[in-house]
Amino acid sequence: MDLEPLISRTKLGAAGETGSWRNYRPVVKRELCNVCKTCLSYCPEGVINEMIEIDYRFCKGCGICKEICKQKAIEMVPE
Amino acid sequence: MILPGNTSCQGCPISLAMRCLDEIENPVLVIPAGCSTVVAGLHPNSAMKIPVIHVPFASTNAVACGLKEAYKRLGVEANVIAWMGDGAADIGFATLSASAARRDDIITVVVDNEAYMNTGTQASLSTFWKAKTTTSPLGKGDEKRDLALIMIAHRADYVATATVGYVEDLRRKFRRAGELKGFRFIHIHCPCPPGWRFPSEKTIEIARKAVASGAWALFEYYNGKLRFSGVGKRYVDKGNRISLADYLRSQGRFEHLSDEDINELENAIEKEWEIIRKFSND
Repeated sequence: MDLEPLISRTKLGAAGETGSWRNYRPVVKRELCNVCKTCLSYCPEGVINEMIEIDYRFCKGCGICKEICKQKAIEMVPE
Repeated sequence: MILPGNTSCQGCPISLAMRCLDEIENPVLVIPAGCSTVVAGLHPNSAMKIPVIHVPFASTNAVACGLKEAYKRLGVEANVIAWMGDGAADIGFATLSASAARRDDIITVVVDNEAYMNTGTQASLSTFWKAKTTTSPLGKGDEKRDLALIMIAHRADYVATATVGYVEDLRRKFRRAGELKGFRFIHIHCPCPPGWRFPSEKTIEIARKAVASGAWALFEYYNGKLRFSGVGKRYVDKGNRISLADYLRSQGRFEHLSDEDINELENAIEKEWEIIRKFSND
């Protein structure tokens, strides 16, 4: 039996560029950020890297990073 | 273990829990229908970096058991994980229970968002008392089932409750489950923004409020002993908790509750804690 048509392949952006879902864009205020990386561990999407740079192609704009940030270093800006 | 650009909603706790799977070595997921199916990717795309098998509800643990046995015969080191929602745990409960009794060498993870969210918020057995869902528009009248305690009653090798509100704690529990052998069960509390009706940025805050108000107990059970987890330990004592109203009032599904209702829920929670304390040696 040929199972090949039934198998899904791993793909970055399996649902496309989900950044288009966003109403608010998280913007990091560099002067306040102390790189504690809490936002990195709590981002459901995994779009924040070690340098606290956000991948806007896929960020859905949920705002969890803004809420979790103790330094209040992330601001949600309307798109 | 999940790539960005997946189909999860904004602020999805399941997607966050799936990210924490990196702590387990060589995971293979078995997922029955539910939100997790959608999050893992729709054909022909997969958002997961690991092998996933999509299965019908009631077969989940049976498939996971067979897969693990096959891997053993082939000499492949793999941690087979039956990853289901609370709805699939309802529907596939007989298989889950039998699997625990057989001590299958697998990990079972239940991501509990307290209703059948994927089909539009119908009440499940895990739904919180008096919560509004589409099948309980006046608030759920039935009892709430506690899966983790049921698994302890099966004398499973490892049982833990966790929450997406404390990912370090969740990761530690995944790591420990991955290192152990035998039937391992992890029950994860997953506040769902669209289903519980709160803004997507509040997922973590509400998950933490659930722990702080005593609505969700954090513990681990292994070697025949129940231990309360570090982050939740201080809330075992009722005096340290925040008011339950604070947790409930932040969610749309409880907007209809009166103060008497909340008192009633406090008593229900206290009864549950009494049972949990009986298992504990602390």
